[in-house]
Amino acid sequence: MTAILEARGLHKRFGGLAAVADVDLAIEDGEIHCLIGPNGAGKSTLFKLLLGTYDPSAGRVMFQGVDVTRQKPFERVLHGMSIKMQVPSVFRDLPVSQNLVIALQRRLPRTGIEAEMRRLLALLELEEQAGKPAGELSHGQQQWLEIGMALALQPRLLLLDEPTAGMSTDETFRTGELIQRLNASGMTILVVEHDMAFIRQIAQRVTVLHLGRVFAQDSIDRIIADPRVAEIYLGKTDVD
Amino acid sequence: MRDRLQALNGPQTLGNGRAFWISFAVVLAGALIYPAWADPYDVGNSAYFLIWIFMALGLSLMWGYTGILSFGQTAFFGIAGYGYGVIAINIGASGGLTFVALLCAVSLAAVSAAVLGYFMIYGRVGGVFFGIVTFATTLALAAFLHQTAGPEWAIGKARLNGFNGMGGMSPLELPWFGGPIYLEDTALYYFVLLLLLAVYLGLRLLVNGRFGNVLVAIREDPLRAELLGYDVRKFQLAAFVIGSALAGLSGVLYTAWGQFITPASMGLPAAAMPIIWVAFSGRSDLTATLVGTFTLLLAFQTITIYSQQYALILMGAVLLATVLFMPTGLMVEIGRLIRRLHARATAGPAP
Repeated sequence: MTAILEARGLHKRFGGLAAVADVDLAIEDGEIHCLIGPNGAGKSTLFKLLLGTYDPSAGRVMFQGVDVTRQKPFERVLHGMSIKMQVPSVFRDLPVSQNLVIALQRRLPRTGIEAEMRRLLALLELEEQAGKPAGELSHGQQQWLEIGMALALQPRLLLLDEPTAGMSTDETFRTGELIQRLNASGMTILVVEHDMAFIRQIAQRVTVLHLGRVFAQDSIDRIIADPRVAEIYLGKTDVD
Repeated sequence: MRDRLQALNGPQTLGNGRAFWISFAVVLAGALIYPAWADPYDVGNSAYFLIWIFMALGLSLMWGYTGILSFGQTAFFGIAGYGYGVIAINIGASGGLTFVALLCAVSLAAVSAAVLGYFMIYGRVGGVFFGIVTFATTLALAAFLHQTAGPEWAIGKARLNGFNGMGGMSPLELPWFGGPIYLEDTALYYFVLLLLLAVYLGLRLLVNGRFGNVLVAIREDPLRAELLGYDVRKFQLAAFVIGSALAGLSGVLYTAWGQFITPASMGLPAAAMPIIWVAFSGRSDLTATLVGTFTLLLAFQTITIYSQQYALILMGAVLLATVLFMPTGLMVEIGRLIRRLHARATAGPAP
C-alpha cells in the first residue's frame, strides 16, 4: 500500500502554544483511518492543516505524491480531496437540490447533473426534502447533505471532521454504514472523531493525538487494548 | 432556441413562469409605445430614470447575489462619467466615435474596479471593511475633483473645473443614413431602454447559470464554496468588476444625457442612493431591483420638485424602514407574495 496523504514534521504554533508539534502521519490508499484524541489534542488544527485553511509553521503535506503545503483548499479539492466540516456547513437559504447541483456542476455537463442529483438524494434519503431550504433540515440531515456534497466531487480522499456530531444513535450507525460502503467502493477516508463506539464500527487504523503530538498509531484492535491510550483518552472522557 | 430561453429562468430569479413573462411582455410593450403619446420632455425624464438602473443592477449582482457590499459604486460611476467627458472632448467625438468614448470609459471603470477589487479581495478585506474601503474611495475621488477648479487641472483639452463640474462633451450620436441621430429625449429613451433590456436579460442568464450558482454559494458560505473546488476570490472579483462596469455605464449615460458631470455625483448623498434603491427593492432579485429602483427614482424626483431636503430625509426614512421591518426588500416580498398566491390559485382544490 502507498500513502495517499502524508504529513511530514508538521508544526503549527499559535503564539507560544504548539497546537500541533512534529506530526508525521500517513493515510494509506484505500483505508479508513481515524484520528482521535482528547479535547485540545490538536485534532481540529491538524485537520485544518491537511485541508489547507491553516498554513503550517513548519513541515509539509503531500497528497498523491505532490507537495500541496502551499496550496489553497480549493486547489487540493481539485486534486481529489473532499471535506466535510465539523459544524454542518451547507447553503442554508438554498434548496437541498441546488446545494447538490452546486457541488456537481463543476464535474458534470448540464445534461448529467439531474440524474446524479437524484441518485445522491436517494442515497442520502433526502428525496422528500429536495425542494426545502437546506437550513430547514434537521441537524442530522444537514450533516448527511454535507457528506453528500463532499461525495458529489467523487474524491479520491474524503476528510470527515466529526461527521456524526449531534446525530442520534441510529443516524450515527447508518452514517458508519455509509462510510463503509464508500470505502468498499475504493474511497480512502480520514475521520476525526470522539465517539468510540462509532470508531469501533468503522476504523481500520487509528492515530491517537495527545498534546499536539502523535501518541500512538496502530490497528483499531491494538489501540483499544493499549492501556496508555485508555489512560489519556478513554479515562478522561465519557464513552458511550 | 427553447433551451436558450429556458436558461433565462432558474432558482436565482423570482419571476420564472408564464405569468411572469406575460407581464414582462406587457410592461415592455407599454414602455415601447409610451413615447408615442407622452410629452418628449417626460420621455427624456424617463430615460434619466432608466440610466441609474444599470448601477442598481450591478450592486444587486455583487451585494444581493455574491454577498459583497460596496458602498462606493459611485466611484466607478464618476470615473466612467469623467472618463467619457475627457475622451469625448479630446477626440472631438461625434457620430460613432461617441460610442468608442462610451466603451473606453466603461472599460476604464472596469479596470479601476479590477485593480481596487484585486487588492481588497486578495488582501482579504471582507465584510463591513469592503464597504468602508469602497466608500472612502468614492469620497476621496469626490474630494480630489472638488479642488480641480484651476486651469492647471486639465486633461488635454478637457478642463475638470472642480466644484462646478465638467461640461461640453457631446451627447451620444448614432451614425445613420442621412446624418447621425442625436441620442436625446425620445431617441435616448429608446437607446437606454434597449440597452437595459439587454443587460437585464444578460444578467438573468448569468445568475441562473453555473456562474450564478457559484455566486450565491459564496454568499451563503464562502468556505463551503471553496471546499467544493471553487476559487472564491476569482468569482468575487468577477462579480465586483461586472457590477462596477455597470455603474460605469450609468455614469457614461448620465454624462452624455446632461452633457455634464460634477464631483457631487461621487459624494456622500450620491453614494448612499444605490444602497437605498437596492435595499428597498430587494437586493437578492434583479427584477425587484429594477422595478423598485425605478419607483424610488420617480418618487424622489416628484418630491424634489417641492423640496430636495425632504426628498433626502424621505430616502433615509425608507432605508431605515426597510432595514427594520423588511430586510429582504419590499419588491422581493411582493414578488414572493404573488408567487404564493399564484401557486395557490393554480394548485386548485384537491381531487
